Amino acid sequence: MTRLIVAVLAVACVISAIGVVYARHQHRELYVQLTRLERERDELNIEFGRLQLEQATWAESNRIDQVARTRLGMKFPTAGEIVVVQP
Amino acid sequence: MRFVRTPGGSAKKPRARAQFNLRARLMLVGGAMALCGVALVVRAVDLQLVDNAFYQQKADARFLREVPIPTSRGMITDRNGEPLAVSSPVESLYANPQELADNPAAIERLAEATGLPLDYLTRYVSQRKDKEFMYVPRHRRVNPAVAQKIMALRIPGVFSQREFRRFYPQGEAVSHVLGFTNIDDQGQEGVELAFDEWLRGTPGAQKVIRDRHGRIVEHVDLIRPAEPGKDLVLSIDRRIQFLAYRELKRTLLETGAASGSVVILDVATGEVLAMANLPSYNNNRVSGENRDAYRNRAVTDLLEPGSTMKPLTVAAGLEAGVITPTTRIDTNPGWMPNGRYRTSDFKNYGLLDTTGVITKSSNVGVSKIVRLLPDTQFDAFLRRFGFGSSTGSGFPGEAPGTFPSPGRWSGTTKQTLSYGYGLSVTPLQIARAYAALGNGGRLVTPTFVKGGGTGTAQQALDPEIAAQVMQMMQTVTEPGGTATRAAILGYHVAGKTGTARKSSGGGYARRYIAYFAGLVPVDRPRFSVTVVVNDPDTSGGGSTYGGGWISAPLFARIMEGALRLMDVPPDDIQTWLAAQAAEEARRARAAGVPAPAVAAAAPASPRGAAP
Repeated sequence: MTRLIVAVLAVACVISAIGVVYARHQHRELYVQLTRLERERDELNIEFGRLQLEQATWAESNRIDQVARTRLGMKFPTAGEIVVVQP
Repeated sequence: MRFVRTPGGSAKKPRARAQFNLRARLMLVGGAMALCGVALVVRAVDLQLVDNAFYQQKADARFLREVPIPTSRGMITDRNGEPLAVSSPVESLYANPQELADNPAAIERLAEATGLPLDYLTRYVSQRKDKEFMYVPRHRRVNPAVAQKIMALRIPGVFSQREFRRFYPQGEAVSHVLGFTNIDDQGQEGVELAFDEWLRGTPGAQKVIRDRHGRIVEHVDLIRPAEPGKDLVLSIDRRIQFLAYRELKRTLLETGAASGSVVILDVATGEVLAMANLPSYNNNRVSGENRDAYRNRAVTDLLEPGSTMKPLTVAAGLEAGVITPTTRIDTNPGWMPNGRYRTSDFKNYGLLDTTGVITKSSNVGVSKIVRLLPDTQFDAFLRRFGFGSSTGSGFPGEAPGTFPSPGRWSGTTKQTLSYGYGLSVTPLQIARAYAALGNGGRLVTPTFVKGGGTGTAQQALDPEIAAQVMQMMQTVTEPGGTATRAAILGYHVAGKTGTARKSSGGGYARRYIAYFAGLVPVDRPRFSVTVVVNDPDTSGGGSTYGGGWISAPLFARIMEGALRLMDVPPDDIQTWLAAQAAEEARRARAAGVPAPAVAAAAPASPRGAAP
């Protein structure tokens, strides 16, 4: 009886040891994957930030002002040129 | 084992028999050796299983490294989500000088790749021979593409690390409000400093395995995830801000003034919609010089508010019941004594009513009103409007202003206070006090964050009196007032000009500060604006350096745009329609008469003649 218990315990021990190794291995693999995905996400976020920055730089008020006035020849309508519609 | 007596041995004289127990000795030796073995095993077990931390740590230290995960600072946007400050990744190149120093070929390659002079780089490295870390000169925070190109050469001992740099796409126009960060990404000025905790991320940490060259071979474990900084939505409207900045710049160029500020508050919530100052600086490239331009004048500079104080004096008089809007005040002969000095008006306005005192900005008028008020009451009234204490906006370096308590007033102080001398305030304080007049007497706390208003406004004045003062201030921008140039077509404007003389060396110089503080539209005020133009050119003479001449049109130009941008419905549509009808009639006349000579003369015909 005791022998049987010892044998079962020994087998269980070996199985759990293998389980630990396996879990550890899986953890590593998943962590590597997580890191890769996170890096991908970060890269995308960073790219997004860069694009936002680029857009904001192009849309800089002073630049828009200059382009509208000089290149497109736009101007703000004088009071007389605005038509007020009575409600 | 047994010793056998050999036959040959007996030929000699037989040796004495061994007097020791061989077996016991053998057992002893064997036992000792076994004990040694056991001790080794025990020690091995101890090291492996029981007390393994120390050597494990030593072993890990050989290849496992804890490296920080850099994280970015939160973005700052304006109230519509337009980015005002963005962190973008850059690379910093660093090197191990020990490794480089005995590898001249590597230095040569590095010099070639970075474009640095070889002798300079060699000297730079040899000076740091005993260190393990140095930044590659002039390659801290460089464009990632540049760094990648250099890293692709795989020069031994040269590494790159990611850092984040702050970019401010709007540049000078918003620099005072935003402030800037230092090279370690910590807020140094402005909103960047005030909300540093909020914006700053927490760098994470992870375990990695590194090889001999320090390259990361494998990511092992995450110790702490990186927490990126939180974004911040400011109350600033980028478009109004730029408009204010552009118009302020134009005014400063036209008038030769030294500096200026514009503050625009949302009347109901106290949100700062725009705050522009000149001279300004580019916070993308902060250098140590010209510190003067770094100041956010609108909250740090203390100025005597001059005539912009008068509506408050009148409000105090109305509240105390010593005057009514129709009280007659005799300002003859245009001056009155104030101790050894004299309070005088621009010219003699004769008999005015209370409204007229505001319309004409009569110093004598408000002086007579304030004489009817007890000292403590006048003092308490102004303190209720936030003078003498910080506005609570939380902006770093905000000045509370100076406002002496009645015990420290000299004989002349009360009278000078009534028209804005003898105390000093910030432009933001003026804008806030005016916002209270437009907000039914409720004083709000200015805030730089969208939706950041505390919501609890303090009732500083009876709503009815606030409305009366608004009506009086409206006359200032109507014909006969001091600020007809502040009028905006289609809107009623309430405001007050101010032309304060600058104190210098114990007296007052012939240099001025031109103010205009106003609210628009009068019916349901949205914006409280304070315009300050400091030290304009006075050579034009007359009133060309005054608030009505310089600051009022600046106010009108900014507000015309702001009202349109914020979709504020006009409250004076009749005037607008009339102006439009006049314009149409003029055009019809110009088109109807074909003769060019007459057509050219048409615009000269009086506009008012049209129906």
